[in-house]
Amino acid sequence: MKPNKLNIALAGNPNSGKTTLFNALTGARQHVGNYPGVTVEKKEGRLRYKDFDINIIDLPGTYGLTAYSPDELVARNVLIEEDLDLVVNVVDASNLERNLYLTMQLKELEIPMILVANMADYAEANGVYIDYELLAKLLGFPVIRVVATKGEGIEELLDTVIKGEVKVNLQKAVRYSMEIEEAIIRIEKHLNPSLEDGAATDERTLPFAQYPSRWLAIKLLEYDKEAWKKVEATPYTYELLKQAETEQTYFKNNLGDDLENLIAEGRYAYIRGATQEAVKVTETNKISTTEKIDNILLHRFFGLPIFLFIMWSLFQLTFALGNPMVEWLEDIVAESSVAVGNALPPGLLNSLLADGIIGGVGGVLVFLPVILLLFLGIAILEASGYMSRAAFLMDKIMHKVGLHGKSFVPMLIGFGCSIPAIMATRTLENPKDRLVTMLVTPLMSCGAKLPVYTLLIAAFFPNEIAGNILFSIYLIGIILALVMAKLFRTWLVPGESEPFVMELPVYRTPKVKSVLIQMWERAFLYLRKAGTIILAFSIVIWALFTFPMVDVNGMEYANPSEQMENSYAGRLGKTIEPVLAPIGFDWKTGVALVAGFAAKEIVVSTMGTLYSMSDTDSLLEGEEKQVKSFAQMTREQSGFTPLTAYVLMLFTLIYVPCMATIAVIKNETNSWRWPAFTIGYTVTLAWIISFVAYRGGLLLGLGI
Amino acid sequence: MQKLLSDLELGHDARIIKVNGSGAVRRRMIDMGIVPGMEIRMVRYAPLGDPIEIKLKGCHLSLRKEEAETVLVEEIGGAVNEAK
Repeated sequence: MKPNKLNIALAGNPNSGKTTLFNALTGARQHVGNYPGVTVEKKEGRLRYKDFDINIIDLPGTYGLTAYSPDELVARNVLIEEDLDLVVNVVDASNLERNLYLTMQLKELEIPMILVANMADYAEANGVYIDYELLAKLLGFPVIRVVATKGEGIEELLDTVIKGEVKVNLQKAVRYSMEIEEAIIRIEKHLNPSLEDGAATDERTLPFAQYPSRWLAIKLLEYDKEAWKKVEATPYTYELLKQAETEQTYFKNNLGDDLENLIAEGRYAYIRGATQEAVKVTETNKISTTEKIDNILLHRFFGLPIFLFIMWSLFQLTFALGNPMVEWLEDIVAESSVAVGNALPPGLLNSLLADGIIGGVGGVLVFLPVILLLFLGIAILEASGYMSRAAFLMDKIMHKVGLHGKSFVPMLIGFGCSIPAIMATRTLENPKDRLVTMLVTPLMSCGAKLPVYTLLIAAFFPNEIAGNILFSIYLIGIILALVMAKLFRTWLVPGESEPFVMELPVYRTPKVKSVLIQMWERAFLYLRKAGTIILAFSIVIWALFTFPMVDVNGMEYANPSEQMENSYAGRLGKTIEPVLAPIGFDWKTGVALVAGFAAKEIVVSTMGTLYSMSDTDSLLEGEEKQVKSFAQMTREQSGFTPLTAYVLMLFTLIYVPCMATIAVIKNETNSWRWPAFTIGYTVTLAWIISFVAYRGGLLLGLGI
Repeated sequence: MQKLLSDLELGHDARIIKVNGSGAVRRRMIDMGIVPGMEIRMVRYAPLGDPIEIKLKGCHLSLRKEEAETVLVEEIGGAVNEAK
């Protein structure tokens, strides 16, 4: 052990209070990143305790250490590959038997371990009493009573950690049935021929030194895909794998079940042995609070309405509280843009800073209050335990389109803003489900698209049908999202869907500290993106609209409208006009759509500039006079009809998500491939749907 | 009487006999404690009829009917009065 420096990992089931313990130990000294190549969060924290510098890795919460899920694989690789002094295994004291299954798998990795029986107060209140000393003796490692939320037992835990007396006790390893033990020894001999009597030198030992040989033998017998692949890629393992296959066949044919099941049963039998001795459970027949709450929240008739009401309240609160702050920030951004514009001499730098950077990045940053509040709401729903109930209620519908019940909440949040929605897909364990949810979430019409709809509807449709028109746009978005999810899950990323076998955890009052830390982490990731990718996009878009500043003769343009027409963006709009013509748009609409990549509400103000409107700011605020003149201008200058306006709404709904969303997709998938795909498929889909709507509308005689 | 977990009636108790199926689903069930010998109770169906909720060792689990079809159980005792 290194003097005064310790590297430990926290492992445990989801809902075991592992994160609460991690927060209690490290406080704000945390660092969140990603494991290379996968989108599993890597959390580390530091702690100083009695002259010891302790680095703590918070492993993803898992039920096992198999190769079936990325979380479990990541946890396993950290345990094998990192130079760990200790593993602290957090278990839910009231649920010991099930939680200890992971413990058994950790134990097989032969790393010194301390067991933390967390939430012991809750367990005791529910009639579960643990003889800690006896349990420790039976399992072969220290067991400590902890109530992380109250800080009970944390000192004892840390004292045990720094004492450095925890050793791996192989005498207390899980023992399986005689047949399995013999099979394990046969495989181990292949892994390490020196075990054989009078066997050869160490050179014949296969290069798996970093794995305990008993663990690897068990993994091969369980037919663990990752272990199997690793061994297969190593030379001279033919005999070994053949032996493992022989064992698997033998057990299946002669002992009635396959080895994977038998080994699991062996672990549970060992756990049962230990818990029967060391844990006393007084059966209480009283109905727990969680059961009482679920009788209402998961009620056959009221469950769904209550769920929808909770979601509706989340949105109401978010926007009621968030919008005033957004407006306030918008004023600040506008003021600082003006201030910078006045402070600097007129010219390119001025325009770049004032319009490009402050306008662009600022325009995205102003949504931060709404995003923070949505993150806060998600964090509370997750911490309380309601999130898995939401998945339980919605799974039937989501499973029909090939997704998981948990996909519903991120998609719903997409109505508010795609950014927190895409970040909320982190609750999905299956990478394929998660990817598809991310890809279709932008089709849920977000808040920034609403100004576009309201303006176009006010300008082109009578009041009586305004509500229906708006509703139809939202509905089309939902239908498209579900259809695309089904298509993607069938053709793009086919594969087994995520099992729905999951825990409905006990309801808990969310801890303020944990909730705030989680909210801040997500917001921080978002802010960091704003400083990088969004900044770059803003500059590119600014340049497209700013250059060239003078015509071929070096003369300045007469007005902003003419300048925009001749800018690269304007030329781009004219270049794509032939593509847009079949769906009823001219080049000006094209330019507005190009600008909309920065943020959707800009579509309207750009059209305003192009149609030489005097005051585009008040247009965005929806002042009646301006709306009227907007409609008039558009009608006069573009020949827009209600049909064209509707098609433009459809196109705005579907085509490219804004640059901030693209940046977040890039961040969450760790590659440019999926954001590029999102842009490609949404533009194609937008065009196809618009074409069908426009041509169909013309045929029906709606284009008047 | 042996039956599939998916056919177990509301409020009834059963002991798990065998977990069929394969791959990730079975693995997850094993990790969550759905193994032979464990006693479970059928708690409720979701409002849309699927998935189902079961109680196992004081802990509540949910699984889809198609997943519950892979679990063979033996019913024990009669119906227990589940408070509604």
